[in-house]
Amino acid sequence: MKHLLSAADLDRHSAIELLDIASEMSGVNEREIKKLPTLRGKTVVNLFFEDSTRTRISFEVAAKRLSADVINFSAKGSSVSKGESLKDTAQTLEAMGADAVVVRHHASGAAHALANRGWISASVVNAGDGTHEHPSQALLDAYSLREAIHASPAGQSLEGLKVAIVGDIAHSRVARSNLTLLKTLGAKVYLVGPATLLPGALTAQADGFSYSLDDAIEDFDLDAVMMLRVQLERMTASFFPSEREYARIWGLNGDRLSRLKSDALILHPGPMNRGLEIDAKASDSKNSLVLRQVANGVNMRMAVLYKLLAGGSIND
Amino acid sequence: MTRFTLKGLTLADGSVANIVVSDGRIQSIGSDVAGEEFDCSGLVGLPGFVDLHTHLREPGFEQSETILTGSRAAALGGYTAVHAMANTHPVQDTAGVVEQVKTLGDEAGYVQVQPIGAVTVGLEGKQLAELGAMAGSKAQVKVFSDDGKCVSDPLLMRRALAYVKSFGGVIAQHAQEPRLTENAQMNEGPVATELGLAGWPAVAEESIIARDVLLAEATGSRIHICHLSTAGSVEIVRWAKARGISVTAEVTPHHLLLTDELARGYDPIYKVNPPLRTSKDIQALRAALIDGTIDIIATDHAPHPAEAKDCEWAAAAFGMLGLETAASIAQDVLIDSGLSTWARFAEVMSQTPARISGIAGQGLELVAGNRANIAVIDPKAKRLIQGGGASKSSNQPFGGMTLPGAVIHTVFRGEFTVKNSKLAK
Repeated sequence: MKHLLSAADLDRHSAIELLDIASEMSGVNEREIKKLPTLRGKTVVNLFFEDSTRTRISFEVAAKRLSADVINFSAKGSSVSKGESLKDTAQTLEAMGADAVVVRHHASGAAHALANRGWISASVVNAGDGTHEHPSQALLDAYSLREAIHASPAGQSLEGLKVAIVGDIAHSRVARSNLTLLKTLGAKVYLVGPATLLPGALTAQADGFSYSLDDAIEDFDLDAVMMLRVQLERMTASFFPSEREYARIWGLNGDRLSRLKSDALILHPGPMNRGLEIDAKASDSKNSLVLRQVANGVNMRMAVLYKLLAGGSIND
Repeated sequence: MTRFTLKGLTLADGSVANIVVSDGRIQSIGSDVAGEEFDCSGLVGLPGFVDLHTHLREPGFEQSETILTGSRAAALGGYTAVHAMANTHPVQDTAGVVEQVKTLGDEAGYVQVQPIGAVTVGLEGKQLAELGAMAGSKAQVKVFSDDGKCVSDPLLMRRALAYVKSFGGVIAQHAQEPRLTENAQMNEGPVATELGLAGWPAVAEESIIARDVLLAEATGSRIHICHLSTAGSVEIVRWAKARGISVTAEVTPHHLLLTDELARGYDPIYKVNPPLRTSKDIQALRAALIDGTIDIIATDHAPHPAEAKDCEWAAAAFGMLGLETAASIAQDVLIDSGLSTWARFAEVMSQTPARISGIAGQGLELVAGNRANIAVIDPKAKRLIQGGGASKSSNQPFGGMTLPGAVIHTVFRGEFTVKNSKLAK
C-alpha cells in the first residue's frame, strides 16, 4: 500500500488489518515511554492548506510516536499565499526529503493529484480533500465503534451494526468516507439530513435514508448515530432556513437520545457546535465516543503511517 | 496565378470529379485537368469548414494561443474560417479591437478570421457594448457573444436581441445561469457527488435557453445557442423550432464524445465549460445533430497553457482544444455511425455556420465560379491523437484516442494552406 487517498482503497481484509495494527499501537500509547523506533530516519510532512488543528496534531503525534521526523507546513504565511502552486510546493518539500506527505486541501482531488500525476514519489495520505474524502477519520470512527461493541476487537468487522450519519451529507468528506468504509466492514448505513443536503447519488449507496431524524430513530433501530458538524457557510447559502430550525429538526438532543436504544453510541468528528447539531446531554452522555475518537485518532494514524512507510503487517 | 487540379475527388453527393482551382476560384468541376495534379482518389472534398466558436486568445493571452498559431491549427483541421470569440484582453467590445483581430487574421493568412463582438462592455453583463460600431467596422461583426459568461440579465438580453435586428446580427448565448453554477466544477450527478466536486446542474443551462428562445420570439429576433450540452436543452430547442422561433444551436465535438466519467481521475484536462455530461446526453446530442435540431458543430477550441491544467481540479482553467479533431468526430457521429450523409457533414461543419454568421465567401457549395475554399479529407485514415498539434497549448482531451479520418488538403481562397496533412506555408 503506497497511498491512502480514499476509503475505497481498502477492502475488508486490509481495513481490518489496519484496525488491528491500530489496536497494537494503542498499547504503545499506554506505555510510560510512548515511542516506537519504527520510522526513525523517515520524514513525514504535514501539508495543510486548510486550518485543522485536530487532524494535524493527531498526525503529528502519530508520526512522532513512530520516531519519524515531522515537518508541519501550513499554507498561511508561506510561499503558497504568494501564489506557489500545489505542484511546486509538494516538489519543494520532497526535494527536502519527505517520505510521506499528509495533505489537507480545500480542493477535492488534491491528494489524488499529488499521488497520481507524477509530481512526487512520496506516499500520500489524504487528510481531507475538499468535500470528497477523509479516510483516516473514517478509519478512526470504525475503530472506535469496533472497540465499543467487541470485547476483543482484533480481527472483527462491524457486520450488522446499524449506523446513521446525520447532517450535511452533501458537503461532508467524513460522510463519504464513512459510508464507504462502514459498508466495507459490513455495517448498515443510513443517511439523515435536510433534502437540500442529501444527494441522491449517496442515498442510493446507503441502506436507507430519511429527511427526519425522528423518523430515522423510529424506523432504523440504530446502534450508533454519527452527527456531522454544520459548517457556517451552509447557513448563509439557504440550505436550511436557520440554526434554530436545524437544531429543532436534525439536532441530537436529550429527548432524541432517550428514544434511541439505551446502548446506542454517539459519534462526532469534532469540533462540535454544541446546541446546534448536538446538545450537551448527547455529547456528554455515557454512550458518547467523542473523546475516544480523538484518542483513537492517534493510534489509527500511527497504523496508517506504519503501513505506508514500514510496509507489510505489524508482525513482519 | 495558382492553378491546380484535385483529381478524382469524391464530393458530398457521392459523385467523383476533378476540381480545377484557378486564381482563387473553382474554375471547373468535371473531367477537366489543369496545372499541377493532386491525386485525390478515395478522398472526400467538402466546402472549407467554418468554426463559429474559436478562442484565439489574442490580444492578451498570447501564452495560450496567438491568431497565427490558432489559424494554423484551424487550417490543419480543414477550416477556412474561424470566428474569434470576444473574451480577449482587451475584450473585443469596440470597433478598434475587432478590427485589430481581423487584421492579424488577414496577416496570418491561413483562414478567414472573423471576430465576434462582445454583447456587453468588458463582458460584464451590465451595459451593451457598441454593437452597431462593431457591425459597421471593417470587421463587419454580425455575431455577438459574451461567451465564457452568460448574458444573464433578462432585460439586457431582451434589449440586445432587439437591437441587433437593425443590422441583421445574432446573439450567441452562453447559457449558464450564474447563481445555479456558483463554484460549479463538473456535471451535477452521481460522479460529481462521488468525487466531491460541486455540481453544474443541467437546469442551469436549460432554464436560460428556455428563457432566451421566448425572448427571441417576443423580440422577433434571432438567437444562437452556444455549446448545447444536455438532453433537456435539445428538447427545448426542438420545441422552439417547432414553434417557429428563429433559433440555431451548436454542439462541440467533445460533448459528442466524452462523458463526466472522465473526471474520475481528477485530471483537469477534462474540465470544460459547459461540463462533460452523461452518455444519455451524448445520445440526445448526436441524434439532434443528425435530425437537424442542432444545426452545427462548433469547436469551442479553448487553449490554455500547461500551468493552467497542471494543478488541482478546482484551480484549473475550463476548456480544451478542438480545431484539429472536430472533423474526425463529425465523421464518427454522422458517417461512421451509418446514420447520416456527407451532405449533412458539409452543412454542420461549413454551410450552416457560414449562414448563421453571414460571413462572406465561406460555406459555399463546390461549384464552378465560387471561391475555392475546400477541405479534402481521407475518411479511411485512423489517427492516434497525441499532443496539441499546431496549437500553442496542449490541453488535448482526445490524447491517446484513435479517431477516424484525416484532413489531407485545405485550400483557402485558391491556395493550399495544408498540403498532404502538412502546413503548406
